[in-house]
Amino acid sequence: MAGSRTPTSTGIVGEHPTLWTGLALPGVLWLLLLFIAPFYAILAVSMGRLDPIFLSPIPEFNPYYWDPSVFADVFGDIFGGPLGPTFLRTIGYVVAATALCILMGYPVAYFVARRAGRWKGLFLLLLLAPFWINYLMRMLAWVNVLDVDGQVNSLLMTFGLLQEPRNWLAGHHETVILGLVYGYIPWFILPLYAALDRIDKDVLEAARDLGAGPLRAFARVTLPLSKQGILAGTVIITLPMFGDYYTPDLLSGSPRTRMIGNDISLFILSSTSAGGKGAALTIVLMLFVAVLMTYYLLSVARATREAAA
Amino acid sequence: MSVDTTAAARVPAPGRSLVVRLRGWLANPWNRPRLLVVITLGYIVWSLTPVLIAVQFSFNAGRSRSVWQGFSLRWYTQDPDLSVLHDPSLWLALIQSLRLAALTMLVATPIGVALAIGLARWRGRGAKPANFLMLFPLVTPEIVMGVALFLVFAHMYDFVPFGTWAQFLGHMTFSISFVVIIVRGRLFAIGRQYEEAAMDLGASQLEALRRVLLPMLAPAIFAAFAIVFALSIDDFVISQFLAAGQSSVTIPVRLYSTARLAPSPALNALASLMLFATLVAVTLAGLSLRLFRRRDPTAAGGVESLSRWEF
Repeated sequence: MAGSRTPTSTGIVGEHPTLWTGLALPGVLWLLLLFIAPFYAILAVSMGRLDPIFLSPIPEFNPYYWDPSVFADVFGDIFGGPLGPTFLRTIGYVVAATALCILMGYPVAYFVARRAGRWKGLFLLLLLAPFWINYLMRMLAWVNVLDVDGQVNSLLMTFGLLQEPRNWLAGHHETVILGLVYGYIPWFILPLYAALDRIDKDVLEAARDLGAGPLRAFARVTLPLSKQGILAGTVIITLPMFGDYYTPDLLSGSPRTRMIGNDISLFILSSTSAGGKGAALTIVLMLFVAVLMTYYLLSVARATREAAA
Repeated sequence: MSVDTTAAARVPAPGRSLVVRLRGWLANPWNRPRLLVVITLGYIVWSLTPVLIAVQFSFNAGRSRSVWQGFSLRWYTQDPDLSVLHDPSLWLALIQSLRLAALTMLVATPIGVALAIGLARWRGRGAKPANFLMLFPLVTPEIVMGVALFLVFAHMYDFVPFGTWAQFLGHMTFSISFVVIIVRGRLFAIGRQYEEAAMDLGASQLEALRRVLLPMLAPAIFAAFAIVFALSIDDFVISQFLAAGQSSVTIPVRLYSTARLAPSPALNALASLMLFATLVAVTLAGLSLRLFRRRDPTAAGGVESLSRWEF
């Protein structure tokens, strides 16, 4: 192929398409060996057997011998077993936290994108700040202020809203949901901000010229045009929330607030015999969020295609 | 605009209750959208205050994380046993985090830049699937990637020891795709005409790449270095799944394991040091973009482009 112009090259005279393939090769190989192969390892472990003596999972790499019995186990635990409440709780937390993110995040994104005027840059910088603060540190910050002798209790008691200090960190649903909202809301606001910022001001002016009041113009023009942004933000935050285990661990640590991610990390990291079960539960979680992942994947692909065009 | 007269006409009569006046002030449609200002400022205060308090108490002279006892560097350097400097479990976590981030940054960026250029130019049969494959690490929940990497190192690549090596390979895997996203935006903006001109003037393909394209990509490459550093130092899930014992504990892993069991201002000091490291990396990325923007008036502002991943 070298030296000749093939129809597949983009057509600069004297170009060797092999150079481009060669440049892409290390990265592609990396992703095959350390991204695709690991997923095969999840499948192989979940479809494998348990060593009868050491009680450790033996992966089965040949699909011919795959044994899906552990999936029956996992589904049994979800429908009518101990994993059922955890699954429902996870969904409840994610839905509640996402709803709060939308309610709180929309006005903020809207204001900064459309109404902040000359302060826009400063506001944007402040909205971006949490991105560069480690998630665990942001949770640690709440562990500090929510402690029994922490600032939240003393503030609430000063205003008489609380008679005696409350232990917020002892298995309260509201604390975990607060943590999820606090942790993920910046990732919701940013894509929404970008979507709102892209809306053509002329369209809004046209709506107002044609007699729509500010509320009507918002409901009929801005809101529909920002739907993509809301959807993108929602997908971006719900995906990691479904796999979260550190937020409930840090802000509660009680079995009452356990999420599905806690079970996965326990199965995989804390016991050798449950490795197969952990792998199967990971696959179930992936299938559960597959719709979200596909949507996100397609929108990223579309964005990069548009950038290329 | 008759803002002044209408606003004056709307000044509430004295004696009306505070609540009514406050409502009138918030809902006044002729001025700035005050309700939105209040919500936005409230959000920003809420989003940053706990972290600022955490940083403040890393400088506390006493052991408390809620009662201020005066400024000191006790938890950073001075305390002979418990400060970050003198507690090996703390500074080893700092070193592990920095080491992993530096290593990942140095290896992931070249591979990612090459992949971005290759994918943007390569039109062969594998190009489409490769472009799609590259996007997967960006959309996979971290816990799924953590489990996948844990199992692959436990059962397939058992020659890779858990700990630093496995963590490095894991961090590389999620970083490469980010480099591609950062670099390819710039790549599309540059187009092909400069390379074409260089080759028309007698440069070989490799020379055109090395002497024309790479210098033009420099700001994006520099931004990629800094962002990979920040992503790696920020990572918790992959680091935890692939850790092996004390020697591979990173700062986020340490925060996770001690925040509830044995919190102390030294932990806040450790977290603050990580925050400063990340801020330095991001500031450098921002500055390199600015430097480049000065030469290219068509590009968007620095913060603006950072917020949209356009480099």
